[in-house]
Amino acid sequence: MGTLTALALIALLAVTSFVPRASFILWLHRVKLPTYVQRALRFVPAAVFTALFVPELVFADGALDIGLHNAKLLAGCTAIGVAMVIRNPLATIVAGMAALHLARNFLGA
Amino acid sequence: MIRSPHFLAGLRACLPVLPGVAAFGAISGVAMVGAGLSPWLAALMSVVVFAGTAQLAALQLIAAGAPLGVIFLAGLILNLRFMLYSLSISPHLQALSPRARWLAGYFLSDNGYAHTIARIASQPTAPGHAEYFMGACAAIWVTWESATIAGIVVGAGIPATWSLEFVVVLTFTALAIASIRDRAAATAAFAAGITAIATIELPFRLGLIAAAIAGVVAGVIAERWAR
Repeated sequence: MGTLTALALIALLAVTSFVPRASFILWLHRVKLPTYVQRALRFVPAAVFTALFVPELVFADGALDIGLHNAKLLAGCTAIGVAMVIRNPLATIVAGMAALHLARNFLGA
Repeated sequence: MIRSPHFLAGLRACLPVLPGVAAFGAISGVAMVGAGLSPWLAALMSVVVFAGTAQLAALQLIAAGAPLGVIFLAGLILNLRFMLYSLSISPHLQALSPRARWLAGYFLSDNGYAHTIARIASQPTAPGHAEYFMGACAAIWVTWESATIAGIVVGAGIPATWSLEFVVVLTFTALAIASIRDRAAATAAFAAGITAIATIELPFRLGLIAAAIAGVVAGVIAERWAR
């Protein structure tokens, strides 16, 4: 990534980060969000995080690839299992990375 | 402010979560350089943006060829939760000076918010909620930034064959599972995952936005159904 792209990216992200946080603290003290909006926003993290990782596991070189020879899928499933049992991000990531390298080196995935 | 007992109490209340914050900060530092950002730009991004998940999502999207407009939208969606925190905490920050309120707008964090709101719920009439909030957020900020910089330094020395960029994917896996606390949230995640796969052909990575909307709608419907 070029330096200019990176700087533009940082500036854009700064806006997306500061405006929501500062919104009610700095500008909108008296505004109240309707309850149904607050309710709906509760689902944003689960939806967005899932949408961010799932395609990375099931697509390889632009094609759907669901099988035992897909190392990233194996590693991702390992990570999901660990996350469900231990609920610790660090353990999840370590297990997933270990599974990725094991699958690549020993299963030829 | 810094000498206030309430500020110190907020700082102390955050101590138990600091190791977790440090771990995620270090991971995001490693992941930023893994995604191809130079160490200086990664450090700048961490300090200026101070939103780990949005930073990692943006880097992943850029690697996938998404334009800046989509990254901007994705950043806004990922940071929507801060608007809820802002809404719920703002009545308790009226005691802050205007300048301190700008600072509060910058370093409002998940943990800083959670600890302050817990104190407000259990001791509503206690004095110094605003200072407590600033103390809690300061503890998180200092820990996060120093851990991120440590991660950047370490990450810059790791060879490419380790596939460090996959750490970003695994981070989102861990965050997704952690955010699924009931059946409605699981439905939201499932719908979003399926939509993300089905819409992969959409240009500009707009599938992410479609998946976010599908997930939220599915979650709302599932919640209605359960009642």
